[in-house]
Amino acid sequence: MPSPLTRELHHELYYFMRLDRELEEQMARLFRQNKILGGLYSSYGQEAISVGTAYALGPDDWIAPMIRNIGALLVRGVPPRDILTQHMARYTSPTQGKDGTSHFADLKSRHIVAPISMLGDLIPIMTGVAMAGRYLGQKIVAMTWIGDGGASTGVFHEGLNLAAVQKAPLVLVVENNGWAYGTPVQRQTSLKNLADRAKAYGIESAVVDGNDVVAVERTAREAVAHARAGHGPVLIEAKTMRMRGHAQHDGAEYVPKETLEAWKRKDPLDRYEKFLTDKKLWDAKTKKEIDARIAREIQTDVEFAENSSFPPPELAARGVYCDGCHTVEAIWKRPMEEVMPPRSTVKAEWRIESGGAPVSSANKTAVKSKPEKKASRDSVKARR
Amino acid sequence: MAETTYLEAIRQALFEEMDRDPTVVLLGEDVGVYGGAFQVSKGLLERFGWERVIDTPISESAIVGAAVGMGCAGMRPVVEMQFIDFIACCFNQVTNYAAKSHYLWGAPVPIVLRGPCGGGVHGGPFHSGNPEMYFVHTPGLKVVCPATPYDAKGLLKSAIRDNNPVLFFEHKFLYRRITEDLPEDDYTVPIGKAVVRREGRDLTIITYGAMMHTSLEASGELEKEGIQAEVIDLRTLLPLDRETILASVAKTNKLLVVHEDTRTGGIAGEIAAIVTESAFEDLDGPIRRVTSLDTPVPYSPPLENYFLPNAAKVAVAARELAHY
Repeated sequence: MPSPLTRELHHELYYFMRLDRELEEQMARLFRQNKILGGLYSSYGQEAISVGTAYALGPDDWIAPMIRNIGALLVRGVPPRDILTQHMARYTSPTQGKDGTSHFADLKSRHIVAPISMLGDLIPIMTGVAMAGRYLGQKIVAMTWIGDGGASTGVFHEGLNLAAVQKAPLVLVVENNGWAYGTPVQRQTSLKNLADRAKAYGIESAVVDGNDVVAVERTAREAVAHARAGHGPVLIEAKTMRMRGHAQHDGAEYVPKETLEAWKRKDPLDRYEKFLTDKKLWDAKTKKEIDARIAREIQTDVEFAENSSFPPPELAARGVYCDGCHTVEAIWKRPMEEVMPPRSTVKAEWRIESGGAPVSSANKTAVKSKPEKKASRDSVKARR
Repeated sequence: MAETTYLEAIRQALFEEMDRDPTVVLLGEDVGVYGGAFQVSKGLLERFGWERVIDTPISESAIVGAAVGMGCAGMRPVVEMQFIDFIACCFNQVTNYAAKSHYLWGAPVPIVLRGPCGGGVHGGPFHSGNPEMYFVHTPGLKVVCPATPYDAKGLLKSAIRDNNPVLFFEHKFLYRRITEDLPEDDYTVPIGKAVVRREGRDLTIITYGAMMHTSLEASGELEKEGIQAEVIDLRTLLPLDRETILASVAKTNKLLVVHEDTRTGGIAGEIAAIVTESAFEDLDGPIRRVTSLDTPVPYSPPLENYFLPNAAKVAVAARELAHY
């Protein structure tokens, strides 16, 4: 697949990565000033993954970010002010102060499903989004992320297995940053590559250098195309390193210094800047303009957040139930009649051959993979 | 419509809602080809096809998660728990995701989780539970426990049309034991409204689910002794219908709560607190309760019969209270 990344799109990709880093660094300062009250989970050094994977999606696709995926939110068009006010618990935040961090949803316009702190739950939830999208004829792809630690949960298995049997258009990105809080990945799994789990579910996978945004974007784009074409979910493992503590309070003294120093030399922004310079995709003036624009935008939004009030206390008592304040609407992109009686017996795309009857060795050929599946396997081959 | 069982009423509600609204789908273990462990979804696959009646892996967290995701995309999925006891396997999806989504993020979760609960059929400790109170203690959920075919059908329709996650407890003892003449036309029963099943002046018995029938049976016995019990069927445990409870206590001045759920932390405790806080002056006696024991549900018939409330136990407690 030829890269669709033009000069302008490269500049945009750099913009989002740099915006992600500068925004999070600004939030670290706000945290030290006690203006961010709760948890702050830095994605420093992992920006290429959030930005590169989300960049491979179309506007109708869906995402559910985890805590270190602010970059993905920015790519979806969430303004920095929403992220700042969320962390600063202000009334102007997307949750009006009811929740913090990246825990917010925008189902109808940006197609963002909110994360919760219990890891892995988003995998079946986004499988459901993907199944609904297919059912409604939308041709969408659902993407979510998980860490090397979250990959140890039971619901990771349940969700990915359900996505596999449903052939749901789901892309799951495992950000293997080596550490789950204070536990190294070697104590989460005995696998060298978490992507190997895909074999157990009978789905496609890829391993990618998570600090190379061009490789991440290309791998994600191929995975999204595979899923969108109806070939089933894809598991991408992006190898990276958590450069800061689990959260701001954690100095991460347990991580060997030499490891951090080695990874510092692979910093995704430094590498991408060098790539853009080497390939003559930009010049010093372009970089200066983008950096200046980011500084302005962050400055404006920090001022907005700092000037925002806290929510009125009595808001705490409101909104437990939806009493019609929000609507539930399905966007149909296929004739509704196709799923209504008496025509509802149309074959589903993933209908199992033989109707689910046990397959004897004599007629095994009847359930062999279709030829196009072979082709797709080549297109999303592992990159190691 | 001819005499309809409680089970058939639930099946009719699913049929009619799926006929009415193409965003309604059913997913769960063995709901399609097999028709559900109790045959509640029998015939649905043939009528609505594979896209709308979805047999899933044995993965309760994934099933509920997928339903939540479908809800995010504007659909109204119904999940069958093969036995409601297995809802423990997806506790996190239900209590941390589905329940909190609207309050925190303004994202409604229009899903129904339904399944068979309750004892009396010798199902043993993992197929007879009444886990409703775990969820009554979770803001954001609605908890519905119908006692009659009419209510089962009408409440399930309301649950499917509701924008919130509704847990729908079907008492398996009632599935094929009770019948009712149901209206031909589409109707719903509102969530959050209790109903007076039997008028009385001497004491109020508040109950729900299979124990509603047990309480009515006991009331029949008490009537022979000249004791007029008023029987309130809660129908919905969350949100609780405080008005109906308080109005009845204001009339009879005595309150007995009967539930099949275990005693400690059962809804009786909450109702007792509401009544003492809001209607202490109305009471002419202590609030009493008849419940199952604070043990797991035992298997062997003599043990299970000892564990469960019955009409005789209800009558003893009601008689004592009436004469207090």
